[in-house]
Amino acid sequence: MLANDTLSRVLMIDLTKNEFHVDDRTDIFETHLGGSGAAIRLLEEYCPEGCDPLAPENPIIFAVGPLTGLFPLASKTVAMFKSPHTGDLGESHCGGRSAIAIRMAGYGAIVIRGASRIPIYLSISADDVQFRNAKTLWGMSSSFTVGRVVRQNETHPGLRTIMRIGLAGEALVSYACVTAETYRHFGRLGLGAVFGSKKLKAIAISGKRSLQVDDTRKYRKLYDEIHKTAVSSPIMKKYHDLGTPQNILPLNRIGALPTRNLKEAQFDGAEKISGEAFAEGFLGRRLACSHCPVACIHIAALREPYEDEPYFYKTSMISYDYEPIFSLGSLLGISQPEGFLKLMDQVEVIGIDAMSTGVVLAWATEAMEKGLISEKETMGIQLRWGDYKPYKEAIRLIVNQPNEFYRALARGVEYASSKYGGEDFALAFGKNEMPGYHTGPAAHTGLLVGARHSHLDNGGYSVDQKVLSEKKLSSEELAQALIKEESFRQILSSLVVCFFAREIYRPDTILAALQSAGFKLDAGQLDLLGRTIHCQKMRFKLREGFSFDKLRIPRRIFETPSFVKDWDEQYISDAIRAVKKAVDDFPESASI
Amino acid sequence: MRLLVLDAERCVGCQICMFTCSLRQNEPGLAKTCIGVKSAGGMERGFVVVVCRACEDPPCLKVCPTDALKLRKGGGVRLDETKCIGCGYCKEACIVDAVFWDSEISKPMICIHCGVCAKYCPHRVLALTKKREVAAHVS
Repeated sequence: MLANDTLSRVLMIDLTKNEFHVDDRTDIFETHLGGSGAAIRLLEEYCPEGCDPLAPENPIIFAVGPLTGLFPLASKTVAMFKSPHTGDLGESHCGGRSAIAIRMAGYGAIVIRGASRIPIYLSISADDVQFRNAKTLWGMSSSFTVGRVVRQNETHPGLRTIMRIGLAGEALVSYACVTAETYRHFGRLGLGAVFGSKKLKAIAISGKRSLQVDDTRKYRKLYDEIHKTAVSSPIMKKYHDLGTPQNILPLNRIGALPTRNLKEAQFDGAEKISGEAFAEGFLGRRLACSHCPVACIHIAALREPYEDEPYFYKTSMISYDYEPIFSLGSLLGISQPEGFLKLMDQVEVIGIDAMSTGVVLAWATEAMEKGLISEKETMGIQLRWGDYKPYKEAIRLIVNQPNEFYRALARGVEYASSKYGGEDFALAFGKNEMPGYHTGPAAHTGLLVGARHSHLDNGGYSVDQKVLSEKKLSSEELAQALIKEESFRQILSSLVVCFFAREIYRPDTILAALQSAGFKLDAGQLDLLGRTIHCQKMRFKLREGFSFDKLRIPRRIFETPSFVKDWDEQYISDAIRAVKKAVDDFPESASI
Repeated sequence: MRLLVLDAERCVGCQICMFTCSLRQNEPGLAKTCIGVKSAGGMERGFVVVVCRACEDPPCLKVCPTDALKLRKGGGVRLDETKCIGCGYCKEACIVDAVFWDSEISKPMICIHCGVCAKYCPHRVLALTKKREVAAHVS
């Protein structure tokens, strides 16, 4: 890396002692680039083995990378922590302005340890951290208001991000999220609860500095190439036009859209909640993450009358994406777009992961149908497919946790089904709730073996659609395909480039961009680094109790026909074993 | 020629204009940017795009104690950095906050109306024009 690059500066914050200092960690960034690569090294170092995820010892790590601030689409921040949801690796990625703000404040990573005695929020700028009293913000009903108050109070110049938690994070719901810039999230695996456990309500980060490059002429040429591809090539068009919800209709058509807790994989109401329908009836604004020209963030304008007074309306601006439409839409049988938007708004207001919430509610609905639970547990709420109002009320109770049942729901579907039964239709993989793809065995295997149990770990759904739809792969071949993709994505998430830009940032472009940032690597080293980071993440999981052998596979995925046909449990189990072997066999000492 | 905001409602907040303005000065990052995009009180309300209006009688010019600012042909000012002592009066004088500040060198950053930002803007928010105002978006 370039000498004097502020990327190597790691801001260390101790919430117990209200102290901070900056460490130079050139050692980590030089070999691991940044993002996921740097974060896993810092997590290994600062997360004590076996610690309680909600104890002060659990560190929160934010990391950006060498391309952040230099090139378009390098717009994400990686957060790592021990997950209160799965008990092992917590990693989630967020866009908005988070990444650029951290880089412009002059840091490559931020490590937050300890726990505050009182509610607090942090104001981070170049060379300064202010610990601000957040007692007034604690318990505030809407995370939107929290953002507004912090925005009013923080007047540092420069580009700014405001991360905050809602009531779900305060209530330690194990899938509470952290929201940045109103509409972007560190959504999955419970970072919001870790914030809550530290009494950390929000973080504002701002800065405005210069960065260095190796060869300005080459750098500007490459910048132009990447920018041009981003705005003109068909690769990014789908994100740009309808956004991720453009997937609703194609996935429904091929029979891969999980519906009513995956009792079906085609939804009769799909047309009404499609990307096309939202664009036509509701799209009110499009937004972009900082330094990304694509603007995939789609915001619906929902106009509603107040029932108690005529000619009195409110208009809410609500973000929508494919995954929330699946989880709070088709998976709950909801085909009214207004109903979906109201659930989405509720989820945003309290700061909870939309995907996990939808899957938890879908399980609860089926459990109620099957008589495993009754209105006694739900406190009089009758959960019914397609009826958004009871769901909205149930989301509120997941946060308030008035009884044992809602306390169980607040820990996720794996835990809730272990208490109340219905494991066969509890749609969690590696304890994390499923995303919206019932494409076939690659998607489900990918979720099981992925380090974050996310569809974005290794894109198994894409293997189903592009490979397994055409030809058979052996379990071993499937395992290798998933590992290869997951390893490559470790490079993207170390740079840190948005996964939506994966077709733009192919290895040649990555190597050239890295050269501008002063990293001289070749394709072989890049490959090895991807594998290394992947295995370091898996080792952290194994250290914290994850076991390939104990992975539970929900029976439901075998019962409902998927897009790819002719596969069974044995096929998936064999692929899991192959991944396990590959991870075990990867030499501990391998590094660049 | 001068830079003009055609329609701030089209702005998606990508801030590419800010980055490419710095880039034009061969310095990546944001320290040197002469344009600003900020949320209009939360992203749900869209964005404010702050650019120099190329005033014909610029208030910033009036308050400069060292003659570092000179009237630019077509409106606005040009900065002679060697004369500038970094007092910041020009920044205070601009009521649309279009005099930006590079805190790394303690000098104002003044738009030269080159149009690089407009060239990179993916959504036609900005334009370089000869006219004082563009009537098209008003009608």
